[in-house]
Amino acid sequence: MTHISSLVARIKNGETTARAQVELAFQKAQDNHEYHALLSLTKERALERATEIDARIAQGEPVGELAGVPFVAKDNFLAFGAPTTAASKILENFEAPLQATAIEKLEAAGAICIGKANLDAFAHGGSTENSAFGLTKNAVNKDKVAGGSSGGSAVVTALDIVPFALGSDTGGSIRQPASFNGVVGVKPTYGMVSRYGVIAMASSTDTIGCFTKDVSDAELVMKIMSGRDVRDMTTLPDFFEPREQVAPGRKIGLIREFMTEDVDADVRQRTTEYVEKLRAQGHTVEEVSMPILKHTLGMYYIIVPAEISSNLARYDGIRYGLRAEGVKTLVELYGKTRDEGFVTENKRRIMIGSYVLSSGFFDAYYMQAQKARTLLVNAYNELFNTYDALIGPVSPTPAFGIGENAEDPIKMYLADIMTVPASLAGLPALSVPAGVTSDGLPVGVQLIGQRKSDANLFALAKSMEAN
Amino acid sequence: MTQISRDDVQHLAQLSSLQLSDNELDSLKEDIGNILGYVQQLSELDTTGVEPTYQVTDLENVWRDDSVVDDHITREQLLTLAPEAAAHQVKVPKVL
Repeated sequence: MTHISSLVARIKNGETTARAQVELAFQKAQDNHEYHALLSLTKERALERATEIDARIAQGEPVGELAGVPFVAKDNFLAFGAPTTAASKILENFEAPLQATAIEKLEAAGAICIGKANLDAFAHGGSTENSAFGLTKNAVNKDKVAGGSSGGSAVVTALDIVPFALGSDTGGSIRQPASFNGVVGVKPTYGMVSRYGVIAMASSTDTIGCFTKDVSDAELVMKIMSGRDVRDMTTLPDFFEPREQVAPGRKIGLIREFMTEDVDADVRQRTTEYVEKLRAQGHTVEEVSMPILKHTLGMYYIIVPAEISSNLARYDGIRYGLRAEGVKTLVELYGKTRDEGFVTENKRRIMIGSYVLSSGFFDAYYMQAQKARTLLVNAYNELFNTYDALIGPVSPTPAFGIGENAEDPIKMYLADIMTVPASLAGLPALSVPAGVTSDGLPVGVQLIGQRKSDANLFALAKSMEAN
Repeated sequence: MTQISRDDVQHLAQLSSLQLSDNELDSLKEDIGNILGYVQQLSELDTTGVEPTYQVTDLENVWRDDSVVDDHITREQLLTLAPEAAAHQVKVPKVL
């Protein structure tokens, strides 16, 4: 039985109540205030929902698989009970008129959203330092970054404020902070979970996933969130069916390009130990090479800004959100609102996107990147003819120092180098804890599978956790 | 590093509907030049005859019924989200 399902069992049999669990989560949130992992709490609504669930249990009425379990959503999920800000000034006071499908599904299963987690504004970043409302500190070492962009969600999970938290992963935004804080992070196959009601960043790689303390909990949460949604036409027909056991004797490829001397020695060492454990379980691990990987960051920082520049065009100060004061014309209103409402990294990406999509440069940048993406997809497909999964670190370093990469965008982008490839190809990837560095900082390893092999990845990771 | 002029950056800001301050314009000029310089490594890659990948779902022509879905969201609710509204309309400064 997982942590979450045993908590649900205790709520159902009256050992504890939904209300007590929600109150406990609020208490823990307050006790850990200094990490600045949360931007808001949904106090009134959460307590109301808890009371309702407790009443249903008392009446003997059926309740869902997550009855009474508190959770936190990254603040780019539209949810009731608190503003949805995307950690930006432009949406600072935005009260969502609807909820994300993922939130609706979790609520239908009885889970209770207790607050919204900090992120890099509009999920642009890898440290949560780009939040318009201040950074989040790492759960293990307060001088280090939380990672990002879903830094707040990773930290609330690591600090045990809630049993699970939601994030979005466009190029590593769940996996990297999971590894920096020592928790499990899931990026599913593109299209497994509806993106409806989650603020769009790059529509062709945005995915919805979660943070938990162990793999089984993550599997449970993903099972509830997954499935086709008529409101998101890119969702795939239902395919995710968790399986108890991993098939024996899996063949796994260790990605050579991610184990070079540029990678932190402790990170490599923990990865090697995980590989040894896989071998000890009877799996075969062989080194594989993907030369195309050296180009993936280049592809990513063309394709993703292009999609960002389109998706963020809607924030114009007209229908919702911030509107700049003291402007006379409509053009001025757009320009000033967007200047005041976006953080610098948002502007960088929007402008890069405008550049690569502009008529003189479209073929050289955007089209070239989309063709290169085909070569990447082909390289993965070829490996998956032989291998059941691929393995490597999540990030080339453990959590870096606060401010360390803040001045140099390219240095910050390089932290994504191991996570963006799976995103561009739409592949599922898990970030699982693999010990700590000599300084005590968490290290995560990444398991990557072919599209729709999420259940196999979970089965493999579960079996490793049990040993 | 890709040379990109202050005028280029100003033009990009205009395309992006961003009214930037002078300081920000200068620092973005440098950042954008560096980033474009970095991503230019992609030009080394031979992609002759390769088709682009715009999406990774393999889905095509996803159909739905052509019917109204009631989301229970009212016009009034949406108007309260607008920074300025009058006479059941969103209000904006004059266009011309």
